[in-house]
Formats: sequence, structure tokens, C-alpha cells
Amino acid sequence: MATTDAGLASDAHEQPGHGHSDHGHGDHDHPSYLAHHFDTPEQQFDSGKLGMWLFLVTEVLFFSGMFCAYAIFRSWRPEVFEGCSQFLNTKLGAINTGVLLFSSFTMAWGVRCAQKEQHKLLTVMLATTLSCATVFLGVKAIEYSHKWHLGLLPAGLFSYDPSNPHPVGGPNYLAYICAPFVLITIGVAIWLVVSFLRGAKFQLECAKPLMVVCLCFFVGVGLGTILESGGDAGHHEDDHAVVASADGVAAEHGEEHSHGEAEEHAEHEAPTAAAVVTLPAAGAMTDDSADLAVLERLASDSTNTGLQDELAARKAQSERSGGGILYDVSDDASATVASAPENVLRPSRAGVFFSIYYCMTGIHAIHILAGIGVMVWLLVRSIRMDFNRNYFGPVDYVGLYWHIVDMIWIYLFPLMYLIR
Amino acid sequence: MSAHENAQEGYDFAHPLPLPLLAGTFLVLTLLTVLTVAQASFNFGSLDVLIVMVIATIKAVLVGAIFMHLAWDKPFNIICFIGSFVFVGLFIMATLFDSRQTAKDSIPVTDDAVVSAPAEL
Repeated sequence: MATTDAGLASDAHEQPGHGHSDHGHGDHDHPSYLAHHFDTPEQQFDSGKLGMWLFLVTEVLFFSGMFCAYAIFRSWRPEVFEGCSQFLNTKLGAINTGVLLFSSFTMAWGVRCAQKEQHKLLTVMLATTLSCATVFLGVKAIEYSHKWHLGLLPAGLFSYDPSNPHPVGGPNYLAYICAPFVLITIGVAIWLVVSFLRGAKFQLECAKPLMVVCLCFFVGVGLGTILESGGDAGHHEDDHAVVASADGVAAEHGEEHSHGEAEEHAEHEAPTAAAVVTLPAAGAMTDDSADLAVLERLASDSTNTGLQDELAARKAQSERSGGGILYDVSDDASATVASAPENVLRPSRAGVFFSIYYCMTGIHAIHILAGIGVMVWLLVRSIRMDFNRNYFGPVDYVGLYWHIVDMIWIYLFPLMYLIR
Repeated sequence: MSAHENAQEGYDFAHPLPLPLLAGTFLVLTLLTVLTVAQASFNFGSLDVLIVMVIATIKAVLVGAIFMHLAWDKPFNIICFIGSFVFVGLFIMATLFDSRQTAKDSIPVTDDAVVSAPAEL
């Protein structure tokens, strides 16, 4: 393919070509970036582009297998998808969608820069796109490690326990995910310092944007931590509140209800129900009914939906502790998870949702990693000023790849995160 | 591409897109993302999936037509790409019909305890 004398490349078609004379070409009009088996740069570009489109077709078909698995399991068990989707943090997903869209924009801008021979701006655009990619991965690292910590794992490993949602101990997954990125960042930092000390200008030019790109991963981790802990603080509080007041509600509504229900269905699901009935009665643990009465009075105002939801959550919790978790006894349609408790978090079923989730988002993340790899290559070539108005194919092709990765996320985000 | 008449043939074929068009596309895409997230707080019943997929498809068409330059691309490339989606549609539809005809659910049900999710996470 192209040779490296990029500084001359844009006007190279006015000079004799380099290094092709032994092929017996008439080498006039054969610039250095034009492979010898192509007549014109346009022909070279179109061939490459057709190849890229065919590759993208295989990518679409490849992902369609996973979308098909998704469609089948969702049509079988919509309630499992609805229930498990509540565990995905919409804020993180939405932020990542925005980050990817922005990176698509900068990539498209980068293609424009390559076509217009704005070398500096092209480098900036590629570095920005790369930074967005690492921010995306950083946020993803938070999402994954948080779920692994909770035990929200693929089928077979799924071990989430709602009565102990934050198990203590266990490996620090975030550290494991971050470790390779820390190593790479340290490596790039050393490279930056060494090239600065040795006065290697070109290497320094490459290392600077790459350093920013590496650091952006940790920006993503920070962003994810803030958003996740923002949601989490509320969640923790909620947990404690629910546990503390499970008693009061149970005494009033939960107990007869839930025990009745459990016994009524004992014949259908004898082993589980029997196990449940032996649990200590709800309310045996704490007594905190005073603030609950206040809450209930406040919630009787129909506009106060927040409190009503909280009450519904407490009821659900008390039913759980009272042993009535097999069947939904509330008639509140907005309690989406509670409305389909039978199958939602049966580990063998919830695990299937998370298998699909990890498979689809994981392979998408691998595509991001691959995109980062090729874009680093583009970045180096762009600093070398390889691209010009007749030779911008590589930027365009990688751009196409990057846009399709974005396109897949456009479908993944609502299908995974926004199920009601 | 062929608009550059006085250029040497096969050269100067680049077609850089105007920056306002790219920026405008990005803005529209962002707005559509906000719309998707916002509509999730309303209940449209069984139309949910349809609405979400229509918005996602509008976004995908914008990305394809403008960012991926398909609107100005060679027809053959467009046919290849659109064709892949046609086959994906066939594949998923046929598999769904088949799975409904044959089996309801083949996930092995172990007697694992039923647990329900916290109300909010």
C-alpha cells in the first residue's frame, strides 16, 4: 500500500513515483500512496470502500445472531426482561450513548479533515474520538464491576440475593478491569518522558495525545462512579428504610395476605413455599412503625406518587420477609418488578437475561477496543501527515467501522436499558 | 466526485461534508436520544418496543446516510448494506415464528428460590 513520504504525497502525482520502476510501470502519474495495481486514487478508494462495506455487512449479520437470541428470549419471557432491566443504570447507558454519538461526530469531522488536508485538526479529531472511546470503556468498567459485585452474573453464575444485595468481601473487580489500563497508561507515560528526554520529536507528538486518551479512561471511571454512587446512595438508604420498617406494613397488610397466598399456592410449588413458610415472621426483627404510619397518611394523597412507590417497595420487602414472595399481592401496576415476581429473578431465568446482556455489550466493547487499536494506528499516520485529498481511505474506512459500532449501540441502549 | 471537471480523472474525488451538516446531525441524534430516554417514563403498553425501535431506526438512518456518507455513496454499497438488514429481518422473523411453533421455553427450571428485585436500583 502506501509508502511513507507523506510530506510530498499531496502533490506526488506530479512527480515520478517511488520504488515502482522495477515493476515495469510507466511510473509517471503514480503517486507514492497509490498501490501499483490501481490506476487512480479514486479506483483505489472505491475498492477499499467496497471491501469495507462487505466487512460491515458481515458485522451486521454477526450481531444479528445476538439480537435474534434477544428477540426469542424476550418473546418467551418479557417479564424477566422487564424485571432484570431495572438493574441496568439508565443514566450510565444514556451518558455512554451521548459519548458514542459525539465520537461519531468527531470521527465524521476527522474524515472531512483528512479530505481537506487539515493535518493538525485531523490529529485532534482522532484523539478526541479515541478519548470518547476510552471514556465509554471507563463507564462500562464501573457498570460491569458493580454488577459482578452484586452477583448479577450470567446464567449458572448468577448469585444475586436481594436480602443481601451488597455482599461484603469478594474480589475488587474494578481493580482487575482497570489494571491493564493502568499498565498501559504507565507505559505511555514512560514513553512520553523518554521521548521528551531524548528529544525524539515525532514520538513525543504521538505520545502526547495517547497520554490524554489513556487518562480519559479514568475520567470515564470517575464519571461512572459519580453517577453510579448517586443512584446507589439512594438505594442504600432505601434498603435500610425498607428493612427497618418491614414490620409495620407486614402487621397491617402483609402477613395475612402473604401467608395466605403462600399457603394457597403451596400445592403448586410445594418445595419453595414450604421453605418460605419456615422463615421468621415479618416484623420479628425491628419495630419502627411510627414513621410508617406518617408515611402512609402522606401517601394517601394520590399526587404523592413518590411516597406511594416507597410504600409499595416496603410492602414488597415485608412480603419477602414474611414469606409471601411467590405471588404478587399488590394491585399497584406501577410496581413493575413486583408485578411479575414468579420468574423474574429465578436465577436460571435472570441469568439468561444477564448472559445476553454481557454477550451483547461485551462483544460491543471488544469492538470498541478493536476500534481503539486501528485509530491509534490512524493517529500515528495522521501525525506523519500520510493523508491527503486523494488518499484518505483509511480514515474513511475506520470511520465507517466506528459508525457501525455506534449504530449497534443505538439499538442496544433502548433494548437493554429502557424496558419497562 | 465527477463534479471536478478540470481535475485529472480519478483524482480529487473527495466529497467533504459541510461542518454545519455534521454538527446538525449530531444535535438531532442527541435530541433523539433524550427523546428515547424521556419516553421510557410513559407507559404506551405494547407500543413500547415499536416506538423505541422507530426512534432507534431514525437515528441509525441518520448515522448511515450522513456520517457514513451513504447518501452520496455508490448505489452498490447502499444495496449491500441495506440488503444485510433485509436478511437480518428475515432471519429474526423466521426464527421467532419457529420458536413460537415449537417450544415455549426451554430454559431449564431448577428449583432455585424465587427472589424479587428491590423496588429501585
